[in-house]
Amino acid sequence: MRNRYLPALTLLMFVSAPVFAEAPSVPVSLPEFAEGQYVHTAPTLEDLDTDDSIHPELKKVILRGHDIFMNTQQFRGKYVFNDLNCKSCHLGEGRLNWSGPVWPAVTTLPDFRGKNQHVNSLEERIAGCFAFSMNGTPPPYGSDDMLALVAYHTWLATGAPVYEKNIGGRGFSHLGKTHPGLDYDKGKSVYMENCAICHGEDGQGQQTADGHSVFPPLWGDGSYNWGAGMTRVFTAASFIKNNMPLGKPGSLTDEEAWQVANFINSQERPQDPRYTGDVKETREKYLNFHKFTNYGTVVNGRLLGDHDNTGSKPFLKPDSLRPRTFQ
Amino acid sequence: MKHALTCFLIAAGMAVITAPATAAQGNPELGASLAGQGDGSGVPCVVCHGADGMGNDAGGFPRLAGLDAGYLAKQMQDYKAGRRISAIMQPNVDNFSDQQISDIAAYFAGLPTAGVQAPANIAGDLLASGEKLVKEGDWNNYIPPCSSCHGPDSQGVGSSFPALAGQHPGYIRQQLTAWKKGERDNDPNQLMAAVAERLSDAQITAVAAYLGSLSPDSQ
Repeated sequence: MRNRYLPALTLLMFVSAPVFAEAPSVPVSLPEFAEGQYVHTAPTLEDLDTDDSIHPELKKVILRGHDIFMNTQQFRGKYVFNDLNCKSCHLGEGRLNWSGPVWPAVTTLPDFRGKNQHVNSLEERIAGCFAFSMNGTPPPYGSDDMLALVAYHTWLATGAPVYEKNIGGRGFSHLGKTHPGLDYDKGKSVYMENCAICHGEDGQGQQTADGHSVFPPLWGDGSYNWGAGMTRVFTAASFIKNNMPLGKPGSLTDEEAWQVANFINSQERPQDPRYTGDVKETREKYLNFHKFTNYGTVVNGRLLGDHDNTGSKPFLKPDSLRPRTFQ
Repeated sequence: MKHALTCFLIAAGMAVITAPATAAQGNPELGASLAGQGDGSGVPCVVCHGADGMGNDAGGFPRLAGLDAGYLAKQMQDYKAGRRISAIMQPNVDNFSDQQISDIAAYFAGLPTAGVQAPANIAGDLLASGEKLVKEGDWNNYIPPCSSCHGPDSQGVGSSFPALAGQHPGYIRQQLTAWKKGERDNDPNQLMAAVAERLSDAQITAVAAYLGSLSPDSQ
């Protein structure tokens, strides 16, 4: 069932499930899938539990991967040097459409990737998340931890067609790449109104009394670095539009999502691991990426990214980030 | 307005921890006597919530002991102002001043929760489905896990996301149902309403049972 093109059914799942008769006070407003798109329903842990065709040893490895995905902070200081978990940006255990579902990485790779200009494997793609979004370094290629993550991703892709590119709900959404009239103060007021209650007026998130991060920091040393996909304003705008505030997807207007994404990404954060020692040079060198970020631009009189700060990470660039050629 | 108040209360809650005495800081000793005396026209807090702040499951009276002072103060302010509706609570707090509300909040927040007995004889499958909702949610119905706001062990986060661990199941059930029906709406930005209205009655029963089975003390 999950390997068929059934957008209508999947949509129905969201629409028909609530039990009340009247319209909900907070609707779940997600984009509709386009005609002809492949729409995947990733399996759940219950499916894993009841699937006798999966070897018990593989189940163990998949569950280990799920555990790393949900609680990546168990590797704080080893693979992760900020306060984030995989699930911070990939809601719903990495299964959720419009929330960067992770299974398409399984079915669309290996492929050429613009970000690093070479053909990437699934492991390399996961490594990118650790290097940028987690401001860290990936589990070594081929290691038990990396295998566990790969197994979890691959199992989530169960039944999806390999190299299908027309995928519904992939990434975060549909807001386009640029938006006119971005304004720091407009974004700030959206932020204070809608985001500060959880992420704090200073964007530093909130922790439990014993220091466990609950609402992740959105900027500063505890957040993603200047090389993370989320620093692109369109990526953050799309994520916010379809995922935030938590439980209220689609409640902000497109305009509000763009403005607040620009505000969040106009704050300082750890250095881009690809930093050459000069922020303007780095911006130029990776302009295909940074043309969508505020890195190396002046916002409120401050040149963003003009520093050597790598957060709590005691190095700039993980060794695993390296070019690959086939000459 | 509601948001401005919440921000103020968060700031006030932080001030209790970090700053020297301010107007918003509660005095727990004064709060103790206020909780025993009442506001002059209503029933004193301790009559229903207990001198130990432990509340009463059968009566639907929540445990207040150990909850965040900022959260408790906001709830009393909301009752007083009619932002949270209760025919019982409103007349019992409406004569308290802002300072007295802070004092009472500080008193209950400071009470120990050690040794609270979890209810016995709850069906294992009910607890299991409650635990799943608390820790993983039900994303197919767009229900995020409780833990994503109330903390990984449901011990609460700041002044806007109260501790749920060890709260009476009857009270949790009653409140989630009130949100679902639109009878309670003093949550910031409708964050709780959004989730509550997607929960089935069976799910509400399950989360209430599981949360009530947890120890209110940090693991």
